[in-house]
Amino acid sequence: MNRLFSGDYPRSRLLSAALLLIFLALALGPFLFDGIRTFSMLGMMCVFIIVVASYDLMLGYTHIVSFAHTMFFGIGAYGIAIASDHYGSGYGALFAGIVGALLASVLLSLLLGLLSLRVKAIFFALVTLAVAFAFLSLVTQLYNVTGGEDGLAVRSPRELGPAFRPFDFQVPGFNIFGFLVAAVSSPGEIGQAFQEALFSVRLSGRHLTYYITFVTMVAIFFFLLRMVNSPFGRVLQAIRENEFRAQALGYRTVLYRTAVVVVSALLATVAGILFALLNRYVNPENTLNFELMIFILLMCVIGGMGTLYGAVIGTVLFLLAQNYLQDLLKQLDALVPADTLIAELINPDRWLLWFGLLFILSVYFFPSGIVGQLRIWSAKRSSGQD
Amino acid sequence: MAADDARIDEPTGRAGPIARFHAFRRDKPHIFVLLTMMLAALAMMEPRIWVVLTISGLAMGAMVFLMASGMTLTFGLMNVLNLAHGAFISLGAFAGASVLLWLSTQANQPSLWTNLIAILPAFCFALLVAGLLGLVFERLIIRPVYGDHLKQILVTVGGSIIIMELIQVVWGPNELPVPRPDALKGAVFLPEWLPVAGGIALEKYRLIAVVLGLAIYGLLSWIIERTRVGILIRAGVESREMVEIQGYRIRLLFLGVFIAGSALAGLGGTLWAMYREIITAHMGDELMISVIVVIILGGLGSIKGCFYGSVLVGLINLYVGYLEPRLAAVATVALMVAVLMWRPQGLIPVIKL
Repeated sequence: MNRLFSGDYPRSRLLSAALLLIFLALALGPFLFDGIRTFSMLGMMCVFIIVVASYDLMLGYTHIVSFAHTMFFGIGAYGIAIASDHYGSGYGALFAGIVGALLASVLLSLLLGLLSLRVKAIFFALVTLAVAFAFLSLVTQLYNVTGGEDGLAVRSPRELGPAFRPFDFQVPGFNIFGFLVAAVSSPGEIGQAFQEALFSVRLSGRHLTYYITFVTMVAIFFFLLRMVNSPFGRVLQAIRENEFRAQALGYRTVLYRTAVVVVSALLATVAGILFALLNRYVNPENTLNFELMIFILLMCVIGGMGTLYGAVIGTVLFLLAQNYLQDLLKQLDALVPADTLIAELINPDRWLLWFGLLFILSVYFFPSGIVGQLRIWSAKRSSGQD
Repeated sequence: MAADDARIDEPTGRAGPIARFHAFRRDKPHIFVLLTMMLAALAMMEPRIWVVLTISGLAMGAMVFLMASGMTLTFGLMNVLNLAHGAFISLGAFAGASVLLWLSTQANQPSLWTNLIAILPAFCFALLVAGLLGLVFERLIIRPVYGDHLKQILVTVGGSIIIMELIQVVWGPNELPVPRPDALKGAVFLPEWLPVAGGIALEKYRLIAVVLGLAIYGLLSWIIERTRVGILIRAGVESREMVEIQGYRIRLLFLGVFIAGSALAGLGGTLWAMYREIITAHMGDELMISVIVVIILGGLGSIKGCFYGSVLVGLINLYVGYLEPRLAAVATVALMVAVLMWRPQGLIPVIKL
C-alpha cells in the first residue's frame, strides 16, 4: 500500500472517502448508472483525469503555465483518427496512429521546451498560446487530411466498438442513483424502488474500451504519484519554490523543465488516444478548442494545484457541473421572470460565468484548491486533538 | 559573441559592406526584418498586388498596434501579464457598435460630417467603457496578485471568461452585425500616372486605419519621449524601485497606464468591428493571438517594438494570406518563433529578462 501510494496519502478523511467513492463509481460505473449519457460522462472523467493530472505536473509541481496541453491531446486524438482514416480499422492502423502521435508529441514538446524555456518562464505561456492557436488553425484548414471543422469519425478495431458482443447473456445492473432518490422520496416503497432500479447491461466493445481507459487512468495516476515523490519530483518542486537556488545547487533546471514538458505532453497524447477510441469522433471543437484548454486550467486549479488528488476531484466536479449545473440553472431560470437581467444571468448557457467567478475566488482564497483546503482542515483538527 | 567582435571593429571606421550589413542587422533589427519580409514578398508576386497587400497589411498592423500597445506597457511597467486584454477588445467593439447602431440614421447618411456625429461618440463610448472597466479590473482582480505571474495568468484568464460571459448577458449570445458608416465605405483610386501602382483601388477604411494608427503611434511616442509622464513611465519600466525612491507613486502611474491601455484596446476593438462589420464576444480571443505575437516580437514593454511588431504581423498576414490563405495564422506564429530563436528578447527589448 505504501509503495503504491509512494507515501503520499490523501491526508484527510473526507478526501479519502471522496476518492474511494470516485474510484468505486468509475470502476463499477457501467453497472451502477443507467443511460448512455452517464456512460460517456464516466469515460470522459477517466480521460480528463489523465489530462488534468499531467497538466498538474507542469502547473502545480513546476509552475510552468502551458496553453498547449490541448494541442498534445489533439495530436493523440487526431493521430488515431487520421491513421484509421488512411489504413482502415485494423490493429496495425491503431498501432501506427499511437506511435505516430507519440513521436509527434515528443518532437513538438522538445522543440517548445528548448525554444522558450531558456528565455523566461512567462514566455512559455505566451509562446504555447500562440503555437497552440497556429496548430488549431492548421488542423481546421487542412481539411483533406483532418476533415476541417467537420472532423473525422474514428474507425477503431471491431473488438473496441459497440458492434462487438462477446457474451450472449446480459449482466444485471443496479441504478444506485435512481434507487437512492426513490428510497428517500418514498421510504415506504423501498421494495418497489429496488425492483425499478434493476436494469440489465449487454456487454459490448464499448465496455472493453471503457475499462482499458479506466485501467490506463489508474496506472498513469499511480505512475505520476510515484514520479512527483521521487528525487526527480523533489527537484521539480525545488524549481517551483526557487529556481535560482535549485540552479545553484547544481541542477540543470532547463533540462528538468523540458523533461516535465515532454512527459506531460506524452501523457496528454495518451489521453487523446483514449478519447478518440471512446468518443469515436474527433473534431477541433472537442479536442483542440481554446475553451477546452480553459476548462483543463479550471479543473486543475479548483481541485488543487500541486496535489495529484486535486486533479481527480477537480475533474469529477467540473464534469458533473458541466453536465448537471445547466439543468439546475434551467430550473432556477424557470422561477424568475423571463427577459430580466437576472434571468439572463442564470441562463443555462451562462454557466461558465459562475464557474469563472468560482475560479477567481478559489485562486484568491483557496490557492491550494479543494484538496489543499481539506488537508488544512484535517491538519487543524488533528493538531487540536493533541 | 559575434556582436562584441563587431563592436570592437567599429572604431577603425573603414567597415566593409559586409561589416556594415552586420552592424545594420544588429542595430536596427526591426527595420532589417521588415525590409527582408517586404522584399521577399515583392519577389513572389506582381508589384501591383504587392502595393495593395502592403497597404492593407499596414492597416491591419495599425489596428493591432492599438490593441497591443496597452498590454506591452502594462507588462513593461508593472510586470503584469494581463491575459484579459482580449476581453477589453471585445468589450470596446460591442460598446462602439451599440452607439453606431443607436445613431444608425446619422451613420447611414452620405455626408462625412453627419457620419462623424455617430463615429466620434462611438469611439468615445468605447474608450470610456473599456477604460472604466480597466479601472475596476485593476482594483478588483489584479491588485491582489502583483508580483506573482502564475496567479496573474490564472486570475486574468478567469476575468476574461467573466467579461466575455457578461458581454453575452448584455448583448446576447449571437453575432452582432455592425454598420460601417457611409463615408468610410468604398474605395479611392490612385492616379493613373503613377508608375507601378497607377489606377489601383484602395479601400478607404484601410487608409483611415493607417492614418489613425500612425497618429496614435505619434501621440504615444510623443507622450513617452517628450513629456514628464513619459519620462516616469520609461524610468518605471527600467527600474521601478528607483522611481519609487524619488517619491513618485508608481501605483498611480501604473493605474493610469492600465486604464489608457484598456481604453486603447477598446478603441482598437471598435475599429476592428467597423472593419469586419460583424462581431462576436469571442473576437478578442482570436485577436489576442496577434497581440501576443506582436508583444513577443517587439520586445515586452517597448512602444516602438510594438509598432514594428504590429506592422510585421499585419504584413505577413496579408502576404501569406494571398499566397496560401490556409497558412496565414501559421506564418504569423512561425515569424514569432524565428525571431525568438534569433533574438530571444524580441526586436527592441526594453527590459532585461
